[in-house]
Amino acid sequence: MHNVISLVLRRMRLPLILLISTYAISVLGLTLIPGIDDQGNPWRMDFFHAIYFVSFLGSTIGFGEIPYPFTGAQRMWTTFTIYAAVVSWLYAIGTILTVIQDPGFRRVLAFQAFVRKVRRMREPFYILCGYGDASRLLVRELSERCIHCVVVEKDREKIEELAIEDLLDYVPGLSEDATNSDTLIAAGLNRPNCRGVIALTGDDHSNLTIAITSKLLAPDVQVICQSDSKDSAANMDSFGTDHIVDPFEIFASRFAMMFHSPSMYLVYEWMTAVYGAPLSDFKRPPTGTWILCGFGRFGKAVREFTAIEGVKTRLIEADTEATGAPLDTVEGRGTEANTLLEADIQDAVGVIAGTDNDANNLSILITARYLNPGLFTVVRQNQQKKDPIFKAADIDLIMQPGTIVAQNILGLILAPLLGDFFRLTRDQNEEWANVLVSRIAGVVAEVTPETWELEISPLQAPAVFDCLIRRQKVLLKDICSNPKNRSELLPCVPLLIKRDDGTGMLLPDMEECVQSGDQILFCGHQKSTYQIRYIVNDQQALYYMQTGVDRPGGNVWRWITN
Amino acid sequence: MNLEKVIFAFFSILALTLNYGFFIGELDDPTHHNVYELFAALVVSLIATIMKFGDRAHIGALLLATSLVADLQLIAAAMVWGYVVYVAESPLDPSVMSSIVSLSGGALLANLTSVILLVVESVTFRR
Repeated sequence: MHNVISLVLRRMRLPLILLISTYAISVLGLTLIPGIDDQGNPWRMDFFHAIYFVSFLGSTIGFGEIPYPFTGAQRMWTTFTIYAAVVSWLYAIGTILTVIQDPGFRRVLAFQAFVRKVRRMREPFYILCGYGDASRLLVRELSERCIHCVVVEKDREKIEELAIEDLLDYVPGLSEDATNSDTLIAAGLNRPNCRGVIALTGDDHSNLTIAITSKLLAPDVQVICQSDSKDSAANMDSFGTDHIVDPFEIFASRFAMMFHSPSMYLVYEWMTAVYGAPLSDFKRPPTGTWILCGFGRFGKAVREFTAIEGVKTRLIEADTEATGAPLDTVEGRGTEANTLLEADIQDAVGVIAGTDNDANNLSILITARYLNPGLFTVVRQNQQKKDPIFKAADIDLIMQPGTIVAQNILGLILAPLLGDFFRLTRDQNEEWANVLVSRIAGVVAEVTPETWELEISPLQAPAVFDCLIRRQKVLLKDICSNPKNRSELLPCVPLLIKRDDGTGMLLPDMEECVQSGDQILFCGHQKSTYQIRYIVNDQQALYYMQTGVDRPGGNVWRWITN
Repeated sequence: MNLEKVIFAFFSILALTLNYGFFIGELDDPTHHNVYELFAALVVSLIATIMKFGDRAHIGALLLATSLVADLQLIAAAMVWGYVVYVAESPLDPSVMSSIVSLSGGALLANLTSVILLVVESVTFRR
């Protein structure tokens, strides 16, 4: 990008030369034209007075004829000077205004302001590419948790939306193409405090370009990408993209999980829910034949995953050839009663409206419900802004790609251990999940639990680390109890301890000893976050938690009590 | 032939020659140094400076810097002249005149550097 000052100066060359020439000629003329002083002697204006006269004349102030009244010749020259000066000034000011309003100039200005803001960021931050539904939610959630981010979005209007968004943290935005490597570098890709690049442009190819650019220019930076197809996901994976988020596959696998293990589904849902969302209810979808409308990316993923669970789906698709739908597919959109009847809606136990058109999906839902009121309904909501309509429709399960993407990325950023946790839970059965769900439901009231991590390191848990160095035992319950009353546990559940050697311990016992280098994944009420952070940072508090004795803090008091 | 280069070189060299014209002569003799010459040198020097605006090449930055030095020296010379004659209202004696002319001598050096740079640039210019 160009230097703003040199850009302005180059455009101002001609007006400035004109201005200087006008002034020079006017001054020169005034010094050359003969005049008469107050005694009637011939007199010529000197340079000092000529410059003074032209200066106030050019700015149209006009103090009058000084130092002596002018002769006719001088007045004629002054008339010329007035017009020349006014025209030159108008031209110069007009050029400045044009330069300032020039879209190219404004773009350069905005770009440089953005670069300055990014350079001024001292704390870790993430680069978000694209500002759609998922990004908007993610930016809100991140700012709520004081994690900084910058947004790059091609569409200027969306960046303007970001500017007026009421966020807790200041989020700089730039309207440039993020697939351009210069833009990513301007957004701070090479800065040491850049934690990661999140590509959510809504276009697989752009996401791919962003991922490959980031991986090449900054190999250590974490790259998270949204991908809507297996092809591009495999491509992104091939060059080491850290995380690939496919909302359709995530939803389909969770939905399939609901059939055999609704409690496990709840665990997944709660762990990745957005801040302060109401606790979702336990639901078990009926087994039987389902009607699946739309065989696009979403439909294909749902059919694939439900087939593993042994759930039969009958397809309705308008364009059977382009989507490669199986032969027994009913052709039609599913919005009309006859297509649904043809697919035996009366026999079905549930309907999945999964086309990429929100109005059609709602129409399918209402028609299907009219034909068979007992249906379990699953509807795909493509646009976040239609929230009120979908809420009013009383749907059993709404699939919002934006929310799913935002939740998953948030999980990856806030609690990378969640991935390990989910991997370990795969071997557990439904009863285990049932116990966990009731334990979590017991500690949080009405809202979804907060998930966070704690590392037993000198930085994050200095008090605990200090004890461990002095070979004192610290039990898990020592850091998970109420600092006001140690017999009472805090409203949280330790989900996982990941040891230094890579072994994981699922749902550790409260009597378990904490070791240095442990990473602990907690889940629970938000207030327990602060209390645990207080205990692991404060030696006094930790000592009380371990022994039940409130040890005096100062040296004098310690000596007296001894 | 590039018209922009011609005009550019014209103003740079004219600034130098006018400056030299004012500078030449007995250092402290007011009759050897005409006020109109100083005025012309200053105006041409200002125009030459503006001509150099916005050139982002390294040599362009150097040219701009030398030009700004010349402007500064000439403005200082003009201000000394104006102050002595119209504010202090004392005659233009040899000591004042010599300081005015030596200031313009500094500007002459800057303008000379500017022209040398210009020559260097055109010598190294390859199409």
